[in-house]
Amino acid sequence: MAENNASFVRHELIKEQVPPVSQRGVVKWVSENLISSPFNVIMTLLSLWIIYSIIVNSAPWFINGIWDAKSVRECYDILDGVSGACFAVLKERFPQLIYGFKYPPTEYWRPNTAVVLLLAALAPVLFRKLPQQLLGFSAIYPFLAYWLIWGGTPLVPVIAFLGLAFGIYCFRRFSARSFAFGVVIAVIAASLFWVLGGYLSEANGTFLALEAVPSRDMGGLMLNLLLGTIACSISIPLGVILALGRQSNMPIIKWICVIFIEFIRGVPLITLLFVANVILAFFFPPDTSIDLILRVIIMMTFFNSAYIAEVVRGGLAALPTGQYEAANSLGLDYAQSMRLIILPQALKISIPGIVNVSVGMLKDTTLVSIISMFDLVGMIRGPILATSEWNGVYWELFGCAAAIFFVICFSVSKYSQWLERQLETSNR
Amino acid sequence: MNRQAKLEVSDEVAIGIQGMNKWFGSFHVLRDIDLTVNRGERIVVCGPSGSGKSTLIRCVNALEEHQSGQIIVDGTELTSDIKNIDKIRSEVGMLFQHFNLFPHLTILENCTLAQIWVRKIPQAQAEETAMHFLTKVKIPEQADKYPGQLSGGQQQRVAIARSLCMRPRIMLFDEPTSALDPEMIKEVLDTMIELAEDGMTMMVVTHEMGFARQVANRVIFMDEGQIVEQNEPEEFFNNPQSDRTKLFLSQILGH
Ligand SMILES: Nc1ncnc2c1ncn2[C@@H]1O[C@H](COP(=O)(O)OP(=O)(O)OP(=O)(O)O)[C@@H](O)[C@H]1O
Ligand SMILES: [Mg+2]
Repeated sequence: MAENNASFVRHELIKEQVPPVSQRGVVKWVSENLISSPFNVIMTLLSLWIIYSIIVNSAPWFINGIWDAKSVRECYDILDGVSGACFAVLKERFPQLIYGFKYPPTEYWRPNTAVVLLLAALAPVLFRKLPQQLLGFSAIYPFLAYWLIWGGTPLVPVIAFLGLAFGIYCFRRFSARSFAFGVVIAVIAASLFWVLGGYLSEANGTFLALEAVPSRDMGGLMLNLLLGTIACSISIPLGVILALGRQSNMPIIKWICVIFIEFIRGVPLITLLFVANVILAFFFPPDTSIDLILRVIIMMTFFNSAYIAEVVRGGLAALPTGQYEAANSLGLDYAQSMRLIILPQALKISIPGIVNVSVGMLKDTTLVSIISMFDLVGMIRGPILATSEWNGVYWELFGCAAAIFFVICFSVSKYSQWLERQLETSNR
Repeated sequence: MNRQAKLEVSDEVAIGIQGMNKWFGSFHVLRDIDLTVNRGERIVVCGPSGSGKSTLIRCVNALEEHQSGQIIVDGTELTSDIKNIDKIRSEVGMLFQHFNLFPHLTILENCTLAQIWVRKIPQAQAEETAMHFLTKVKIPEQADKYPGQLSGGQQQRVAIARSLCMRPRIMLFDEPTSALDPEMIKEVLDTMIELAEDGMTMMVVTHEMGFARQVANRVIFMDEGQIVEQNEPEEFFNNPQSDRTKLFLSQILGH
């Protein structure tokens, strides 16, 4: 072996060691985050005190909570002057909070099934890793859910579905000649199918029929979810179309989109809901009664899609023009370059914005209580708080509504963060 | 030394431009351009910044619309008819300064996308073609990566492979090496030289004068939206005629 100081050979490798106590785990975290300076110490103590007092003061309210009582009087009698919540209202009025007060109790299994199936239908849309054949079920789901929730004969949604499928088939066949020609043929074909099918389903109104539930009997959380999911799922594609229309170089299409978006964005949602409630009825022929729910869904969809269009426009603008040029120079036509190149990238950028708008929409479904529809909040404000039994139990009821919405919205936003991370890693 | 002599140039016209004018608003970018490129020619376009080089080659595949005159590419006149334009574009490959690969698709998908959607080629065959051209540009092993994971030079070679997959008859290059570090320029230029040797009709905007001398059979000098001078590379560099050309060459070559 050379005895030269410049050369060095390590014969034994150093084992991995843990960092010193002050540099790891809880100790490190506390010293860096809680007691790093005198000011920090004071703030830490202050926060601890605030958290402590909130817990100490509210804990008895929860712990002493009464779950079994017939009325708020009875609650107070049981509590006997001690502070405590009257959760009994949630238990006693549970069906009303969830389904509204007119949905026939024997039929509760139908919305329940619809919710379970909704999760199954959403799964392949939300998680692209699942087998994509499941998307077939997602396509059928809206029609199935309509039958489950509104009842009546399944012929109605079946014919609606087949008519749509027939229209799409015609479009595929004839759009090769020209896009507009395909659209016209498809619309005519589908309408004919629906009209003829309409006679068939009217004649066989009792075929496999479930008890029909009219729209005005929908209520409770079910109504919020109904409005929220339908409005969101239609408004996202509509918003994308509006955003593309706004960028179009065909002036008429462009101006229709611009005016629509700017008008809707300039008007408060509550105004649109009043319009839906009162004025929209004038636009339809006098003896057709377009459902209030349908009118509200139209307005919410419009409102949401205008905002989504602006979010997507931001995403489109953020893409370098080189992407459009590269797609064009490879010979991709407009529809192909949008679908394969531009939208996948633009939508990825827009996810946080779209989720933000959609979560807002979900919460805004509670505004329908103002036009006297009995959604979750409408039920609480009306049929529950107005009764002599439960007059005055605000905290428990509104707290419960808040908790339900929080859970839903928080899951949605967690999902969107997960999705963003997912798309991020797949690109790097 | 100069390989151009070996390369055949046919009499068939690949790109014919006659009396073409283009305006951006009221700004007259291209003025009375007359240019004929025969099949197999390698044209290098140079000129000072803002002289309209990019605009000229972008007009050739209708990324920019011209307002008067005539452009005939591969026998088809460029009009505002969409069908014509899509046909031309799928026959003409275009390379950009910033590569413009599709970042959300893998290298292989970048190369197969247009084959599958424009040419309606089955996926397996498209992938075979893609691998063939990725091998040709010497990066078959990167096929499953995303563009963001590649170096600039590799990305530009992928872009070349992506264009070649469409089996274009003409290739346009807009400063393909000017966003690259010096050590990567060579790998891209080598790929382009190979293309030229395969007989590709090429129109290249570049400041790489070495490339022009070695590969081009004609150099075009543009200034203020017009073609000021064109000649064979030897003549062009050794014996420039106009003062503008002399000034430009002294700036770009001189130290
Ligand atoms: N979309 C556009 N709208 C308006 N003016 C434009 C547009 N694109 C280019 N121009 C102008 O046209 C002129 C020519 O531009 P062009 O990009 O063709 O130049 P270039 O010769 O390629 O320059 P460079 O070497 O810097 O790339 C420039 O003055 C530029 O400002
Ligand atoms: Mg340029």
